[in-house]
Amino acid sequence: MSKTFPMGGIHPPDTKISAAAPITPLAIPAEVVIPLGQHIGAPAEAIVKAGDKVKAGQLIAETAGFISANIHSSVSGTVKKIDDVADPCGYSKKAVYITVEGDEWAEGIDRSSTLKKEITLDREAIVEKIKAGGIVGMGGASFPTNVKYMIPEGKTADTLVINGVECEPYLTADHRLMLEYADEMLVGVEILRVALGVEKAVIGIEENKPDAIKLLTEKSAEYAGITVESLHMQYPQGAEKQLIKACTGREVPSGKLPIEVGCAVNNVGTAYAVYQMVQKNQPLVERVVTVTGKQVSKPSNFLVRIGTSYAACIEAAGGLPEDTGKVISGGPMMGMAVADLSIPVAKGTSGILMLPKAESVRPEVEHCIRCGACVSVCPMGLEPYLLEKFARADKWDQAEQRAATDCMECGCCSYACPSGRPLLDYIRIAKGEINNRRRARASQ
Amino acid sequence: MDSTMMYSLLTLGGVAGGFAMILYIVARRFHVEEDPRVAEVEAMLPGINCGACGFPGCSGLAEALVAGAEKKDLSGMYCPPGGSDTMSAVAEYFGLAAPTSAPTVAVLRCNGSFDNSPRRAEYDGPSSCAVAHKLGTAGSACTYSCLSEGDCVAACNFEALYMDPTTGLPVVIDENCTSCGACVTACPRDLFEIRLLGKGKKPRRVWIACRNRDRGAVARKNCSVACIACGKCVRTCDTIVKAISMKDNLAYIDPDICIACGKCVPECPTGAILATFPVKAKQEDSQEPVSTGTENTH
Repeated sequence: MSKTFPMGGIHPPDTKISAAAPITPLAIPAEVVIPLGQHIGAPAEAIVKAGDKVKAGQLIAETAGFISANIHSSVSGTVKKIDDVADPCGYSKKAVYITVEGDEWAEGIDRSSTLKKEITLDREAIVEKIKAGGIVGMGGASFPTNVKYMIPEGKTADTLVINGVECEPYLTADHRLMLEYADEMLVGVEILRVALGVEKAVIGIEENKPDAIKLLTEKSAEYAGITVESLHMQYPQGAEKQLIKACTGREVPSGKLPIEVGCAVNNVGTAYAVYQMVQKNQPLVERVVTVTGKQVSKPSNFLVRIGTSYAACIEAAGGLPEDTGKVISGGPMMGMAVADLSIPVAKGTSGILMLPKAESVRPEVEHCIRCGACVSVCPMGLEPYLLEKFARADKWDQAEQRAATDCMECGCCSYACPSGRPLLDYIRIAKGEINNRRRARASQ
Repeated sequence: MDSTMMYSLLTLGGVAGGFAMILYIVARRFHVEEDPRVAEVEAMLPGINCGACGFPGCSGLAEALVAGAEKKDLSGMYCPPGGSDTMSAVAEYFGLAAPTSAPTVAVLRCNGSFDNSPRRAEYDGPSSCAVAHKLGTAGSACTYSCLSEGDCVAACNFEALYMDPTTGLPVVIDENCTSCGACVTACPRDLFEIRLLGKGKKPRRVWIACRNRDRGAVARKNCSVACIACGKCVRTCDTIVKAISMKDNLAYIDPDICIACGKCVPECPTGAILATFPVKAKQEDSQEPVSTGTENTH
């Protein structure tokens, strides 16, 4: 049997209905709304003001702090205003509104499709470039990529792990990217390998993408350091710690980062974005978004300019089906139901999923029957039923002792619970509360 | 009696005797002199350990009161649920003057009812404001508004709160409210505030029933009774007692300064200011009262 992570996990029906749809560029909308906080960490600070002319790829907001990322304009046009826009969560964030005029790119950006293999920059220059390009993790968490490559003193890395798992049902953005931009992506992996200063890079891909495994195995033959690892299908294999365990057999300790076991993990989408920035000078201004759903007339993979509205993506995929119960930003497991379709696609938007009414209702909540299903599927080895209980009773100390903060919110517990209990909802509350208390303790 | 039994009895007896000795010595050596007054004062307090006094439970307040009595000063120690009756009983026990405190009550600072601030999506998650607040898309488009899941009602130990199904907002029953502050802590959107109850048989008080810090236009789009930070109330009050201040696009009436004249109420263009008493509308607008007491406005 092929490799996977040993503890917990589930395998929901993968429903990759858009897997055969090639990546097509989505028409540039009349207006884009580019949020300033598209990443984990401090929101960027706008350096443009209303009335300014901008070109595509031009820097419009600068990093504000160590963990933060630059933001570039994804279109050419005039800045209309800097105002609030809702994020998928529903809460307001600052954003730059740009009225589109033509499609003119900033100087120095190579938009041609010629492959540029030769890596001329050294380690530091690459990391600097990644930072300048505002590149963040494209897998969903949107962690600024350059920060991962600033290795803390006393730690050394020996393996780069590339995430081509895409274990979320429905999503096919990474799959299509691996098939259609394999060469570019592999150069991106090579660049990241140099940036990390390691010999080995492993690309983990799940078995349900045999075409991608075959293609990348063939193409990676010319790179001495890169190997492709075929992985057994198991959600959440795309999670950092699970992927490291599956690919290298190493276990990242509780509360620690992958560098602790000599690894750094990046998504294939990130590798592609890194290629675009380092080789072609093109910052992160567009991404592949899967727009899908069982009743969607044209399930698609679009190359979308950041800041395009969800509504425009849905329109291009054939419009919102009448029977839609929920529109989800991201995949069905970790995604978020959105209440407003005018919100913009951000760097971390991997998919837009429309669920029919029948599939979008929560099950009725019954009592916990102590069956242990949640415990057996938790990939982090936690006891979700217990954490839920502690969270409901405000027993934050006990929840902290039981490592509630190790939870990565994959949702396996809620998925597996035969009583339909909202386990993850309450674990999230506990995590928030524990983190607040830790901050309070630290500031004392 | 055989020797086995003898030995058993002797050994066990010896062990028991030894332990009894140790217990006796420890009890003597580490004896703590407890002030009997603490227990007596604690018995006078309500015994609900709500923490509204600022001390850890009723015994905490009792200890503080005894310590205060030593210094002949009970100021700063007040049991809101017990009220002046309890405090005068305690003061009488010590033979001191009773500490006083103006009565207070919990006030809801949101009027985003189903009509005023329509819900934009159906929330089907767990019935908990804390969870709904985390997901963000729940409730109305105003992200500062009441989520209507009733965490405050669940937190209240005194049946002083109930959820009005027609408005989706909790209602405070002034008579039952002990201003313990449980609802203040429970609300993830910080909508409750402990404010002075007000004077009079039907206590008069005025407050801004909004916590929205968005710009006026945005706030108004999401809720018809939102504070839009126009500043009219501030200007009105500046000529009277200067009780109203503006911060983060939101007006605030300081209950300690407010004289509950109600002059600001008709000035508000959106009706974000509520009063517990009927206020006459401005002459040029209409003769109808714009606000007719908490019970009716919610």
